[in-house]
Amino acid sequence: MNLSRTGVVGFVIVVAVILQVAVFNLFSVNGVVPNLALVVVVAAAIARGPQFGAVVGFSAGLLLDLAPPADHVAGRWALALVLVAILAGRVRADARRSPIAGLATVAICSFIATSVFALSGVVLNDHALPDGEMMQVIGIALLWDVVVAPVILPGLMALFERTRPAELAY
Amino acid sequence: MARKRLRHRMRPRMGNVKGPSLGRPLSDDSGRTGFGRDRGHSSSAVVGLMVAAALSVITVDAASGEDSPVDPARAAVGNIVGPIETGTATALRPFRETFAYFSSNDDLRADVARLSAQNSKLRSEVEQAPLDRNRLAELDGLTSNANQTGYALVAARVVGMGPMQSFSRTVTIDAGTSSGIRQDMTVLNNDGLVGRVISVTRSTANVLLILDTDSVVGARLGSNLEIGFLRGRGVTGDRGRMDLDLVDNSVTPAKGDVVVTWGSQNGVPYVAGIPIGKVESVYSTPRELAKHAVIDPFVDFTSLDVVGVVVPRKTQGDRLVINGLAQKPGGDR
Repeated sequence: MNLSRTGVVGFVIVVAVILQVAVFNLFSVNGVVPNLALVVVVAAAIARGPQFGAVVGFSAGLLLDLAPPADHVAGRWALALVLVAILAGRVRADARRSPIAGLATVAICSFIATSVFALSGVVLNDHALPDGEMMQVIGIALLWDVVVAPVILPGLMALFERTRPAELAY
Repeated sequence: MARKRLRHRMRPRMGNVKGPSLGRPLSDDSGRTGFGRDRGHSSSAVVGLMVAAALSVITVDAASGEDSPVDPARAAVGNIVGPIETGTATALRPFRETFAYFSSNDDLRADVARLSAQNSKLRSEVEQAPLDRNRLAELDGLTSNANQTGYALVAARVVGMGPMQSFSRTVTIDAGTSSGIRQDMTVLNNDGLVGRVISVTRSTANVLLILDTDSVVGARLGSNLEIGFLRGRGVTGDRGRMDLDLVDNSVTPAKGDVVVTWGSQNGVPYVAGIPIGKVESVYSTPRELAKHAVIDPFVDFTSLDVVGVVVPRKTQGDRLVINGLAQKPGGDR
C-alpha cells in the first residue's frame, strides 16, 4: 500500500486511541468511555473487507494495549479487535445496506470485543472483575458505541473507501 | 477451486463495465449478501496471521512475568504517546473545567452544608490541638529523619485515564523520570491515597489506583492500630469500594473508623500514615470467623486531577519538589 495512505490510516488509529484515553474520560459513565478504536476497526472492515480490517484491528488493538495507562497483558485488545474485524468483514455486504444495519454491526461488534477482552482477562487472571460488574461494563460500553457510531461511522467508512488503492490488488 | 478461478477471471471484466472512471474495483462482493459468503479469499492468510500475532503477543507477555520482552515496546509507545496525551489534555483543560463546573455544582452545595456543620464541631476540638500537635511534630520529625524518605512531593496532573472496558483502573500522570519519579512510589492527593507508580517513561508515569482488583495495600485501622490488607473491587464512580481483611480475626472494625496506610520498608511502594478511607460497613460470613470491612475511599477517583508523588527528599528534577517538613503530607500543598 502507498505510504501516504498508510499514514492516513495510522493517523486515524492514533487519534482514536488518544481521544479515548485523554479526552473522553470527561464523559465517562462509571469509567466506561466510547470505544472509538472499535468503531474505526468496524468501519475499516465494512469498507474494505476482513483482510484490511484485521490489519487495522491488530494495529489499533496493540496501540490500546501498549499506550499509557494500559497495564494489562499486551495483545488482549489486539485479539478482540482482530476477531470483530473478521466478523464485520464477513457481514459487510449486509452492513452496508442501511444505516440501521451498520449500527447493528457496531453494537454486535462492541458486545463481542468487550466480552472477548473480559474473557481473556478471566483466562489469564489479569484484572478480572466480578461477573455482575463485567456485564454492566459490557452493557454500558455497547450503549456508548451505539451512541457515537452514527456520528463517526459514515465519515470513517468514506475515508477508508477513499484510501483504497487505485490499482487492482489481485 | 474452479469457482475461485472463475471469480478471478470475472472480476476485472466487471470492473471494466462499471467502474473504470472511478479507478478502483467495485466492491468484490456486490450483490452477494449473508454471513460467510465472503470466505475463500487469499485474505484468510492475512486474517489468520493477525489472529496468530495477537495470540503470540498475549502468550509472550503473560508467560514471561516480570521482564517481559513487550516492556521495551510498551516504554517506546509510552515515550511517544505519553507526551501527545499530555498535550491533548492540556489543550482541552479549559473545556474540562467548564464541564466539571456544571457537573459538580450540586455536589458543592451539599458539601458547603456538610462542611459548615463539621466546621463548628472541629473548632471545639481545635482548642485541645496544640499539645497533641507538638508531640506529633516531634515524633514525625524523628521518623522522617530516621528513614530519610520524608514526605517530599512532586506535583503532577492526570492526563489520561484507562477506559473501564480494559477492566484495569490505571491513570497516566504528566511527570516521569525527568522529574525524579521511579517505579513503586506512592501517589496521593489532598484527600488521601491514590495509588502507586507501576511504570514510568521519561515524561509520563502510569499509576495503579488502589481501586484496581490487582491492588493490595497494607492498611491500619486508625482507632486500634490493627493491621490488614485492603483490596480494590475494580469499580470507580460512586460505588468505588475496597475490602479490608484484618490479620487478627478477633477484631471487629467500627463503622466510621479511619483506615491509613501501614507502610513498608523504605516507603516502597506505600509510605506510612496516608489516610485511605473509612469503614462503611462490616460483614461476616457464617463459614468464616474473620470480619470483613467495606472501605469507602476519601479520594474521588472520578475527578482526579492534581496528584502528588512521594519522592525521596533530595530528589533533583525538572519540577519543584515540595518538602512537607514534618507535616502531614496531605496538608502541604
